Amino acid sequence: MKPPSFAYARPGSLAEAFDLLERHGEDAKVLAGGQSLIATLNMRLSSPAVLVDVTGIPGLAGIAAAKDKVRIGALTTHRAVERSAEIGATLPLLAQAARHIAHVAIRNVGTFGGSLAMADPAAEWPACCVALDAELVLASRAGERRVKARTFFRGLYETDLKPGELVTAVEIPVPGKDHRASFMELARRVGDYAIVGVAALARAGAGKSGKALTDVRLAYLGVGPTPMLATQAMAAAEGKPAADAAAAAQAALDRDLKPTADLHTSAAAKMHLARVLTGRALAALAA
Amino acid sequence: MEHTLETTITVNGTRVTRRVSARQHLVDFLREELGLTGAHYGCEHGVCGACTVRVDGEIVRGCLMLAVQANGRTVDTIEGLSDSGEIAGLQAAFHRRNALQCGFCTPGMLMAAQDLARTRPDATREEIREHMSGNYCRCTGYHAIVDAVEDALKQSAQTGGKR
Repeated sequence: MKPPSFAYARPGSLAEAFDLLERHGEDAKVLAGGQSLIATLNMRLSSPAVLVDVTGIPGLAGIAAAKDKVRIGALTTHRAVERSAEIGATLPLLAQAARHIAHVAIRNVGTFGGSLAMADPAAEWPACCVALDAELVLASRAGERRVKARTFFRGLYETDLKPGELVTAVEIPVPGKDHRASFMELARRVGDYAIVGVAALARAGAGKSGKALTDVRLAYLGVGPTPMLATQAMAAAEGKPAADAAAAAQAALDRDLKPTADLHTSAAAKMHLARVLTGRALAALAA
Repeated sequence: MEHTLETTITVNGTRVTRRVSARQHLVDFLREELGLTGAHYGCEHGVCGACTVRVDGEIVRGCLMLAVQANGRTVDTIEGLSDSGEIAGLQAAFHRRNALQCGFCTPGMLMAAQDLARTRPDATREEIREHMSGNYCRCTGYHAIVDAVEDALKQSAQTGGKR
């Protein structure tokens, strides 16, 4: 369908954007890449009076790698993350996840910050940011504040963003040299929404009985109202060799996840698939 | 607040300026304002890929971009790619391999395939399938399309990228 009528403004600075958001309040929606927003407008699930296109604000796109953290500007496209040599070298989890995001034509336009602000529970970046313990930089007229990804996602499409506030960047601590990453996702077709996915990280070091996994981090998508950090499964896997870690995490996983059925997949099937992916991801980390 | 905006887009090499409604999709702008009906409307919410066009050299969904968002940018459509000969090899391969029946999805398929030819000309069959997965075809069952893209990439490699 065609979207209902709306007004459009493209501010050239953050200050101008804050003015517009203040003036129009709940009647305004922020437009970045628009790859979710315009679809919802087309389906008339949303009918804002004003779209505030933030893509004209300078300085909000780009990837900057420092020694121990990487800063990704909110307007950086999924494709730019996918193609970035710096991301490939420092945050391979993101490089692996990027190709699961819809299709190239959508990755060319959709943005990193937009995905986080949208907070779709089946989206890839929110789960990655939770696993990596990323910090979001939020800006408003009152100034800047920082919120950990692990507390930013509050509920289904619900975040810690206040009215008039924008995500401007994400800062991601770079895991140590001996950390490994594995992102896995099951979908009915390539590019579809995830039935379940996992963003996994761990240090794979030489333990007493072969390679042990430490600093295990498991964040799931598609199995809850928000990205789900599986703290019980992580604790169960901690310090164990891969095979034992997988069995322990799989056994503990129902203490972390209470998936609900979607159109195609029952809750029990989702739980089963989450366990399958857990096993595969932990095996990949130790491989 | 403006509901219509003066918008300038370079379409297939020609600069055009129109006053457009903020709600107008890029693909509607191309079809309704410029009469470029090669990009098709299928699902109108970003799933089927029939409306694929290039903006600043990268493929996008024409139904998930507003015309006003393309202000100041360069847009290439299937008409442009066809007229310039850029996709002649792909078109010939689609013909040879019967990679279309009704043809509704074909402009989007060719836009997506050409993107692959430009970015990963050595793509494997599996990579072709993955890349083309954002474009729906309701006639062919896809095999002939994948065959055609594979053919075109191979042929292009043999002729050193020249078509």
